[in-house]
Amino acid sequence: MDPRIGVLALQGDFREHVDTLRALNVDAFEVRTLAQLDTCDGLILPGGESTTIARLLIAFDLLEPLRARIRSGMPVWGTCAGAILLAKRVPQLDRPPVGVMDITVDRNAFGRQIDSFEAELNVREIEGAPIHAVFIRAPVLRDLGKNVEALCTLGDGRIVACREQNMLATSFHPELTGDHRMHELFVRMVREAMGAPAKPRARAGTTRSRA
Amino acid sequence: MQREGTASWTVKAGLAQMLKGGVIMDVVTVEHAKIAEEAGACAVMALERVPSDIRAAGGVARMSRVDLIEEICKSVTIPVMAKARIGHFVEAQILESIGVDYVDESEVLTMADDVHHIDKNAFKVPFVCGCRDLGEALRRIAEGAAMIRTKGEAGTGDIVEAVRHMRALWGGIRKVQSAPDDELAVIAKDLQVPLDLVKEVKRLGKLPVVNFSAGGIATPADAALMMQLGAEGVFVGSGIFKSGEGLTAREAIKAQSRMASAIVKAVTYYNDPDMLAEVSRGLGDAMRGQSVASIPVSQQLASRGV
Repeated sequence: MDPRIGVLALQGDFREHVDTLRALNVDAFEVRTLAQLDTCDGLILPGGESTTIARLLIAFDLLEPLRARIRSGMPVWGTCAGAILLAKRVPQLDRPPVGVMDITVDRNAFGRQIDSFEAELNVREIEGAPIHAVFIRAPVLRDLGKNVEALCTLGDGRIVACREQNMLATSFHPELTGDHRMHELFVRMVREAMGAPAKPRARAGTTRSRA
Repeated sequence: MQREGTASWTVKAGLAQMLKGGVIMDVVTVEHAKIAEEAGACAVMALERVPSDIRAAGGVARMSRVDLIEEICKSVTIPVMAKARIGHFVEAQILESIGVDYVDESEVLTMADDVHHIDKNAFKVPFVCGCRDLGEALRRIAEGAAMIRTKGEAGTGDIVEAVRHMRALWGGIRKVQSAPDDELAVIAKDLQVPLDLVKEVKRLGKLPVVNFSAGGIATPADAALMMQLGAEGVFVGSGIFKSGEGLTAREAIKAQSRMASAIVKAVTYYNDPDMLAEVSRGLGDAMRGQSVASIPVSQQLASRGV
């Protein structure tokens, strides 16, 4: 069965994620309601403002159901603000919004907008040329729990992508670059979670057990 | 145009992508900024006076005090924007130096140069500029604006100009889209814009940067109207912190928080009338406002900087 992948569409650049997934011939749709959340095989939490998205998740009673879906194994990928939402530890927030991923996230870790930047980075599980990564008021991921694997680090060793079982977090924005390989990785995660055989191009190393 | 490192076009235009589906609120104090962040604003505009007060005060409206902007930058974690006068590139240099996340080269302030806009490509900080139609939008983008907002008429609480400008912008885009390629050069000439940008609009079917609506939004319904007309997000100036007139200070803050939060929700669920009805319940009075028709043309702000 083909996966249906939702993109949380409360605020941020959700349309770019939907467009990228559709370019990969994936059934992608915007998620604003509980009913839509229930029909997702996987969910992307897009870039945007984490405080805004968190407020709306709470206001519209989506937070608990989202947490429950992720804990029951639904693959989820947070980009930038989305990664902040997923983290268990966010020093700048009193209470981490979704709080499911065993990582610490520092918001605006590189400074203000004038410090935003682009870089070419190698990502584990992604073959070929480096990924072109766009960092916009980006967070940094640290203090990874024992089940969390770093997928990508900057030259100075700071972690900007990681995976914990069904959860993927990136500090940067693959949806802005036209490079679809991070999205392909997530689609593979969703297919694996659905029990469908991974596509031939998936490397053996990407198949892993799930909680 | 740099390809790598900081201040590239991608990161300048990219921040605007992250603001989409959000509300950018005018704030004049640290307390306002915190209320805005708590209500779910995706950014704040740091100002000394909201537009309706600028209008009432008269005199020359300039960049806000540096200390005030810095205090607001320190008080919130969301992006902070600030306004520079049209053509006042030194105000923009100062705003870049203190680290604001976006500069609004704004018709709400008194113009510093009635011929030239700021050369925005020369800056690391990204700019948002106002427009009334496609020609103005593309001229600002050619100068380096990484985000556009339709102007509306700031400080009025009257949505009519915001609607007029958004319809004019999309009308212009549809005209370009339906034109054959061999007519694009004349369209570019008539609009006084680079041909490449006209070709880009035809290819994309939209502006090449994010476009918000501004100038007159006072209720959740106004915000949703602008979203349904094709805005990718909204600026709310006087509409929040001029609501709740006649209440005690404490009651007014509560009413303003509710209005702010309701407008944020209306922008997310702009296409869902049941949800819009839900978020519109329990609100106090919107700002009283002033109809644009009652303002002499010479005192309307939108005609500044075309």
